[in-house]
Amino acid sequence: MAIDFGKEVDYVAQLARLTLDQEEKKRMAGQLSDILDTARRIQELDTTAVEPTAHVINLPAVLREDVTRPSLSLNRVLQNAPRRQKDFFRVPRIANKIPEQAED
Amino acid sequence: MKLYEQTAANLSMLLQKKEVSSVEVVQSFLDRIELVEPYVKSFITHTPAMALDMANAVDNRRVGGEKLHPLAGVPIAVKDNISTQGLRTTCASRVLENYIPPYDATVVETIRRLGMPLLGKTNMDEFAMGSSTENSAFYPTRNPWDLERVPGGSSGGSAVAVSTGMAPLALGSDTGGSIRQPASLCGLTGLRPTYGRVSRYGLIAFASSLDQIGPLSLTAQDSAMLMNVISGYDSLDSTSLSEAVHDYTVHPEEDVKKLRVGVIKQNVSESFDPQITAAVMKSVALLKDNGADVDDVSLPLTDYGLGAYYLIAPSEASSNLGRYDGVRYGYNSGGDNIEAMFSATRGRGFGPEVKRRIMIGTYALSAGYYDAYYLQAMKVRTLIRRDYETAFKRFDILVGATTPTPAFKIGEKTEDPLQMYLSDICNITDALAGVPSLSVPCGISSDGLPLGMQLAAPPFREGLLLKVAGFLEQNRDYLPLRPRVKLPEGGEV
Repeated sequence: MAIDFGKEVDYVAQLARLTLDQEEKKRMAGQLSDILDTARRIQELDTTAVEPTAHVINLPAVLREDVTRPSLSLNRVLQNAPRRQKDFFRVPRIANKIPEQAED
Repeated sequence: MKLYEQTAANLSMLLQKKEVSSVEVVQSFLDRIELVEPYVKSFITHTPAMALDMANAVDNRRVGGEKLHPLAGVPIAVKDNISTQGLRTTCASRVLENYIPPYDATVVETIRRLGMPLLGKTNMDEFAMGSSTENSAFYPTRNPWDLERVPGGSSGGSAVAVSTGMAPLALGSDTGGSIRQPASLCGLTGLRPTYGRVSRYGLIAFASSLDQIGPLSLTAQDSAMLMNVISGYDSLDSTSLSEAVHDYTVHPEEDVKKLRVGVIKQNVSESFDPQITAAVMKSVALLKDNGADVDDVSLPLTDYGLGAYYLIAPSEASSNLGRYDGVRYGYNSGGDNIEAMFSATRGRGFGPEVKRRIMIGTYALSAGYYDAYYLQAMKVRTLIRRDYETAFKRFDILVGATTPTPAFKIGEKTEDPLQMYLSDICNITDALAGVPSLSVPCGISSDGLPLGMQLAAPPFREGLLLKVAGFLEQNRDYLPLRPRVKLPEGGEV
């Protein structure tokens, strides 16, 4: 049974913050249906009681001493910023209006 | 003697004996680049002045009597997803077209410290997603054995630079075959190290549980020399491992007596180009004739590897590539609404394959599908690891073809992503299992295209892979190792 990805494309593109034009959406729907049809063959396998492998190395969380170390200068950190204002990354306005505080 | 035709090991020897200077070596490669590069396009950024400065500094230190590392003065090319401080690092993407890393990757810090001149940053599939280097946002790289064909990918630029004598060594990265597949298609040795063996610090992330940096070279010895300096624990990469680093040096008298060799049935499949299977079996026979114990082995989960990989890698990618939102670095679409700016930046900045992977990954991780896709894929990954653990109880190495076909034509698979993905079918499960895996040349097709054989070993046994590759190299009965590049206007270089 083929997956109809057409209905999902808009929703997934929205989740991924990805603008796609109509032509891209059409192509994407067909190609992703094919790819997912192949990928979901893994659902044939019985994986009851199988632990997932997120990582091939079973490392414990790696901790280090909590000591300050030199880090990159602000200028180096900001050198690639598409938009910079003084020592900040500049972005478009995020909140248009401060919502009124709830009573409780 | 043409210096650009020498292996890294020979150059190292000539430099140590002071028979040549590093400036002469670097100049030979720069001249070769000027001649060949216009036809193959394997670099994104050239760094001739930087290379000559480094060579000059090394020569001065050597003349001053300083004891230098054997690789000092031996130049190298680096894939353009490995961060170089102050030097543009693009991942072959419009998104990072003007990105200047504020720090060096650990492997780059190492090669700079040893005095290895950097010749340039090599072309690749955008964000290392692809198998042909056609997904570069700038231009495709061409296979020097046949300019109408792809060099493989995603480390296609690194492979072609070495294959054509534009660099004696190169660094690539391998997430699901991106070192081994281009090595095979260009007639080189390429090694994907054990996951955690080489620091990933400064490697721009694609799929973090799979990405590894590794060498591409003409010979096993050259890859071994590079592995000797890039392997080991790095406090800046919490997934790097502290296991002792062996000396990987390959000795000419290596033998394969009593080596237990398993031939993976799925990787010498009847559906593959019969010339590849024949070339692989010829190499297997050579091992057997020299005392190796050879038997067949089935890794039944290989058939599910592609599915698991194309859920896990895109899932990790969709998360890792979330950072390209036009705020801290990279392309920015403009606009006065932040949500619209994020979406337009990403929509215009990323190429089609990157968008496809982000979409697959986002879907596989989304509510309602997570268990059936991503979680199931991670469980299948566990089953694949068990397949390998079982096989490695019986065998020291597992072998098969590196690719189902020799290099394919440019444009042949670009309209059908699934067919493109299938060109990595032999490379994926080793990556999912986290084991070291190497491609070594094993023949030339009737069309004059290189054929490759893949060898996998248990974790941390990359030394064994290099040793066996070195043995096969010593005993191979075909030439040449390097192509004569036939020019469209006639003649060859």
